[in-house]
Amino acid sequence: MTWITGAQNTWCPGCGNFAVQHALKDVFAGLVADEDQRPEEFVLVSGIGCHAKIADYLAVNSFYAIHGRTLPVAAGIKLADPSLTVVACAGDGDAYAEGLGHLVFAAKRNTDITAVVHDNRVYGLTTGQYTPTSYTGFKGRSTPAGVKERPFNPVELALASGATFVARVYTRRLDHLREVLRRAVLHRGFSFVEVLQVCATYNNLTAAYNNQVYELEGHDTTDLTAALERAREWDYSDGAPIALGVFYEIEREREAWPPMGRLPDHRRREVIREVLEGRR
Amino acid sequence: MDEIAVLIGGRAGEGINIAGSVVMRLIAGCGLRAAMYYDYPSLIKGGHNFAVVRGAAAQPYCHREGIDLVLALDQETVRRHQGRIRAGGRIIYDTGRVREIEGTGLPLDEIVKEEVAPAVTRNMVLIGAFCKACAIPWETVEAVLRRAVPKAVEANLRVAGRGYEAAERVMTLPAQATAGQVLPTLSGNEAVALGLVDAGLEGYIAYPMTPSSGILHFLAAGQEAFGTSVVHPENEIGVMLMALGAAYAGRRVAVGTSGGGFCLMTEGFSLAGMAELPVLVVLAQRPGPSTGVPTYSGQGDLLFALSAGQGEFPRPVAAPATLEEAWYWAGALLDLSWRFQTPAVLLTDKNLGEGMYTFHGAPRRPPLPPVRWDGDGGYRRYAPGPDGVSPLADPGTAGAVVKVNSYAHDEAGITVEDPETVAHMAEKRKEKEQAMAKVLRGYPAVMTAGDPAAGTVLLCWGSTAGVCTEAAGDLGLSVVRPVVLSPFPTEQFGAALAGAGRIIAVEENLDGQLARLVRAEGHRVDAMVGKYDGRPFFLEDLERRLKEVGI
Ligand code: SF4
Repeated sequence: MTWITGAQNTWCPGCGNFAVQHALKDVFAGLVADEDQRPEEFVLVSGIGCHAKIADYLAVNSFYAIHGRTLPVAAGIKLADPSLTVVACAGDGDAYAEGLGHLVFAAKRNTDITAVVHDNRVYGLTTGQYTPTSYTGFKGRSTPAGVKERPFNPVELALASGATFVARVYTRRLDHLREVLRRAVLHRGFSFVEVLQVCATYNNLTAAYNNQVYELEGHDTTDLTAALERAREWDYSDGAPIALGVFYEIEREREAWPPMGRLPDHRRREVIREVLEGRR
Repeated sequence: MDEIAVLIGGRAGEGINIAGSVVMRLIAGCGLRAAMYYDYPSLIKGGHNFAVVRGAAAQPYCHREGIDLVLALDQETVRRHQGRIRAGGRIIYDTGRVREIEGTGLPLDEIVKEEVAPAVTRNMVLIGAFCKACAIPWETVEAVLRRAVPKAVEANLRVAGRGYEAAERVMTLPAQATAGQVLPTLSGNEAVALGLVDAGLEGYIAYPMTPSSGILHFLAAGQEAFGTSVVHPENEIGVMLMALGAAYAGRRVAVGTSGGGFCLMTEGFSLAGMAELPVLVVLAQRPGPSTGVPTYSGQGDLLFALSAGQGEFPRPVAAPATLEEAWYWAGALLDLSWRFQTPAVLLTDKNLGEGMYTFHGAPRRPPLPPVRWDGDGGYRRYAPGPDGVSPLADPGTAGAVVKVNSYAHDEAGITVEDPETVAHMAEKRKEKEQAMAKVLRGYPAVMTAGDPAAGTVLLCWGSTAGVCTEAAGDLGLSVVRPVVLSPFPTEQFGAALAGAGRIIAVEENLDGQLARLVRAEGHRVDAMVGKYDGRPFFLEDLERRLKEVGI
């Protein structure tokens, strides 16, 4: 089984997208090897931006969607066929700017999909503008004097919206990234994984991240208050310690809407006849 | 007398829509064909709501200025509609809310109180009185009310009985169509919904928006019985994208909205065109732009539907005029959308969608199954296929990697930008459009009515067909109406217009959008009669306007 297509990879050398692609590939391969899943059951949805090319590169079912719209597409796929394992890769522009409402509602509905946000905190494909998570003072091509707004804290946002699995990982910690992504995909309900991703070309925060990150230990993942507390340690602008790992994980009702389907033809005709009879 | 028209009016919140539909079913229950127009402003309590029901031996599709019976729950109803009463007609009114006038006055509050019935049954007194006034036998009244009244049937019957006792006979109903044959009554929205279910709908996704919400409500209430899924997501953008996700995963889905919601959906509509994904959009028009006049009707979105979304891609668009056509084309567009893997638009409007009619049954659709992958060879989502249609496989299919893409892509669905592939895929989409046009020659894509030999032709589309057909009958004209507006049924339309003299477009818009389309097809349109105040043409109204343009 080959997991990589023949498409030419055009990511910049050193880009964090490579790490996400390899980790996801390993997660899929692992689930095929030891969870009895078939490669055909995986569906990858992507948005628009550098991250989205992952749909071209991974040899699994994919829906290369449009900017901001990965999560409703993923929800529609899951509703149509609950037997599929649906992973939505989104950029920070996708998930936090153009598609913010969809993120909040996907978490609220707790649909069984996994959202992986490649958060490099810059628009790469449109050549370096600020995003909702760029730090205050970030100088991008649309904000030459530096960003005046404060960044969103996506982990806090996901927790507040009702996501039942919330985690943060870092592309330079590949083993941890792989392990958390696997847990996220196996979680039953809406999983949110915030990936701190290095953009080698426009926003290389490697040095700062290497310095600030640490992995959560002894943290109670069923405690929402504790999760929020940990999430608020770093505000995406300052030099505070950055917690990595699973912040929160619980089980909650997840079939928000009835599954799709239809009655067999003869039965459908009968039901329609009954409706019409009732209208005489 | 060969027709009867009954108007019931009161304030919003007094159940005028339900009362109108009960009158509708009483008239239909007597073996007549009927149509109801429901008029209400966009507010929940107060204001003036009214419903007009017109019944006759032959199916009515429009309304006239004249009314035979006015059932008035308040003074405003009398003030507005008294002048419309025809000779021999009468007002039946509530003595508690209407100053004493000539007619039949009934103390609704007292009757309701004496019968220990809920206040909303007030209108049942008037309905009972109406039944007596046109001599509907009590057994028929009782039988219809038992079927038609959703709650507190006994209380409603007692109250209706009081009205029946107190009133006197004023007129008789017109003769029945076919003795004893009672037809079901449906709204246009319900006909669309049932047409979708009949054609194998598996999911309906919508955000509420008048006048399309009736479809959402009807399907949501029936989703268990129909075995389908009805979803109301965060907004119309979510609606469209969820539908495309579901279509990708192999489900037959439709979405419903009005103009403002469709504005939001155009992003996903265009994605459907590029990714070659099927989805049916039911676009129920109301007067715009923007919020416009939310609870009234218009035909201002034709050119929008024909050109919605950026770039070029095929989209079947059809505008039904009747319940039967609404049912038929809801299914036919699902078929076409899934066969040609491209989005489709069913254009309705408030007058059709929220109007009620007696239903005669929809014709059968020609079979048009989707093109499926036979499992041979490596799967490529955009591989060449018959008429530019690539064979479909759903994700999950053994041996298939199913890749759809919003970017320009190669046969496997991988992003490419090379000039040959970009051009080739554009041509592939065009090929589907041409094949669709060919297939549509086997469908009733253009309808005609009136005198085929008449010199003057009324050109119309959608729900204005009814009033045009009646006017054509009165004035000796013919009617030509494209039901399919994209791909334009060039040959059928040309044949229908062969030998036409003067061509007059009748549309519920200001610009003559169909006239523009028809001119672009190389035909002549000599005059335009437009109505854009949100209300349907009355028959008399249209005939006057036609005379003004020289009929
Ligand atoms: S611009 Fe940044 S995110 Fe985009 S490919 Fe290059 S390094 Fe990666």
